[in-house]
Amino acid sequence: MRSPWSVRSVRVARDVRLGVKNLLLHKLRSFLTMLGLVFGVGSVIAMLAIGEGASEEAIAQIRRLGSRNVLLRAVKPVEDQGGGSGNARFSVYGLLYADVRRIEETIPGVARVVPVKQLEQSGRLRGREMELRIVGTTGDWFDLVRRPLAAGRVLTARDMAERTHVAVLTEWGARRLLATEHALGETLTLGGNSYEVVGIVRSEEGDGSGMQSPDAKTDVYIPLSTARERHGDFFSKRSQGSRVREQVELHQILVEMEDDSLVEPGARAIERVLETFHPKKDYDVGVPLALLRQAQATRRTFSIVLGAIAGISLLVGGIGIMNIMLATVTERTREIGIRRAIGARRSQIVSQFLVEALVLSAVGGVIGIALGVAIPRLVTLWAGMPTIVTAWSLALAFGVSVGTGVAFGIYPAVRASRLDPIIALRHE
Amino acid sequence: MEFKDLTKVYEMGEERVHALRGVSARIERGSFWAIMGSSGSGKSTLLSILGCLDRPTSGTYLLGGEDVSALDDDALSDIRLRHLGFVFQSFNLVPQLTVAENIALPLYYQGVPERESARRAEEFANVVGLGKRLGHKPSQLSGGQQQRAAVARALATDPTVILADEPTGNLDTATSVEIMELFASLHRRGKTIVMVTHEPDIAAWAQHRLVMRDGLVTEVRQ
Repeated sequence: MRSPWSVRSVRVARDVRLGVKNLLLHKLRSFLTMLGLVFGVGSVIAMLAIGEGASEEAIAQIRRLGSRNVLLRAVKPVEDQGGGSGNARFSVYGLLYADVRRIEETIPGVARVVPVKQLEQSGRLRGREMELRIVGTTGDWFDLVRRPLAAGRVLTARDMAERTHVAVLTEWGARRLLATEHALGETLTLGGNSYEVVGIVRSEEGDGSGMQSPDAKTDVYIPLSTARERHGDFFSKRSQGSRVREQVELHQILVEMEDDSLVEPGARAIERVLETFHPKKDYDVGVPLALLRQAQATRRTFSIVLGAIAGISLLVGGIGIMNIMLATVTERTREIGIRRAIGARRSQIVSQFLVEALVLSAVGGVIGIALGVAIPRLVTLWAGMPTIVTAWSLALAFGVSVGTGVAFGIYPAVRASRLDPIIALRHE
Repeated sequence: MEFKDLTKVYEMGEERVHALRGVSARIERGSFWAIMGSSGSGKSTLLSILGCLDRPTSGTYLLGGEDVSALDDDALSDIRLRHLGFVFQSFNLVPQLTVAENIALPLYYQGVPERESARRAEEFANVVGLGKRLGHKPSQLSGGQQQRAAVARALATDPTVILADEPTGNLDTATSVEIMELFASLHRRGKTIVMVTHEPDIAAWAQHRLVMRDGLVTEVRQ
């Protein structure tokens, strides 16, 4: 009776076919039982895809800030915000030109330092006018924040030294100002000063929000030296009906370290240096690498939470299978008795019911996968959220679903096989 | 078939029920026996043991010279599969299977290839006169036809012994006669038949009679 493999596989195919046939006798019941796993598997895959898409986007955003960078930002101190007297408030804060030199000279392992100055100014190009944010910086900036060039050139050391009147626009800004991308060579007027547009960089993807402040789409980049000469360090803003005057030398300093491993010690050293010269704590030190780590840790946590939810939903599906299989066993007690009397072994009864549970869970798993692949697509289509369906999430969800089928099918199956054939035959 | 001093004790909670109190007999190959007795006499318990569905508490049971009283569950299943055929009072066909599939059921467990078992199912359906009902479900058949299908299933594996538990209990007189004629023809073909019944006119079809009361054999009529 011990059959070779080929005969065996024929038998397995036959068992599966018989299982399917039995399940089809109760179509609605089988379908409803499967539904638990369908939704379990589907929601797990969909949630993982949405989570994966979201965290991938967050991580990509942080990566663009540069994993070797330390980001210093000017922060208006708390006492300056509320205080002041009447209409003319004046505050001096922010990073200093001297800070750039100090960092370059005292911090070990610094590769490049890029100072950034920001001002709001309306710009005019050929009669079209819009609010722009002027970013005074150096050529290295485009490197450190990974802004690829679309046309022309970026700022150079010569621009810095000679304080040339040149400007670099973003694609988006160029399009807004000119409705074309061919803005090179045009003259841009910024607060009474004329600049030649020498380059266009690609706009940042995504919504431009988040922590990278000199990175908005309406940026226009000019040499820092020119910005300082032409626009000075004083700003006046209107806020809540009162004029606020501020003096800020630099809004940001980007420090690139020579190696990833130097980023965190470097950030601490920079903070110590700044502490001495900024008693008001008017700056903030950000480490994209740390944020990246944090984002990755968040992603892990997210995966664990999702895994737990997945586990629970599949557990519920599994209980559904067990419930229905137990009902089936009770309903078919007599049939089990007949099969046993005819000469079926216990193991054959076990496999008969296990195959049915497996078919239920496998079919449920396959439908669930279809659902799980479809939902993220719809989410991307309608909500515009990025989603990533990973192969491992499909394998995991399907595997767990079939595993659930086995785990929850085995008890009813064993219970069926343990029935005393004599008693089972008398069962009404 | 030979059994000696068979006893069977059921534990019902605190109480011990002696279903068999020492039963011995010898059933020759090819003979036709009727086991008679009122309900509670132990005749059904004896048939269960003879059918390897149950094990005796004590005593020996030789089937074809092999002591089967101490075999494990799998071994007993294999003996049922290869040497025994069952016919029950309530037919016991699997309701969702067709007549052909029911007849082929033991062949499935024997691992007979599908085409071969379908052929044999048809052959045995013809033997019992159900050749035209192969595709019917049990619920579409009369009681007599269902019992014929059950007999065909018992024959499918060509067993040496057919065990029948009140095979006519659910049938009217005319149909009972048809079924008994079927048994008689099987007997003529050399099958050993052991049938439990409480009806004397059904028992009259058998060659030998074994009468039981309170777990003991009270009469053996050759």
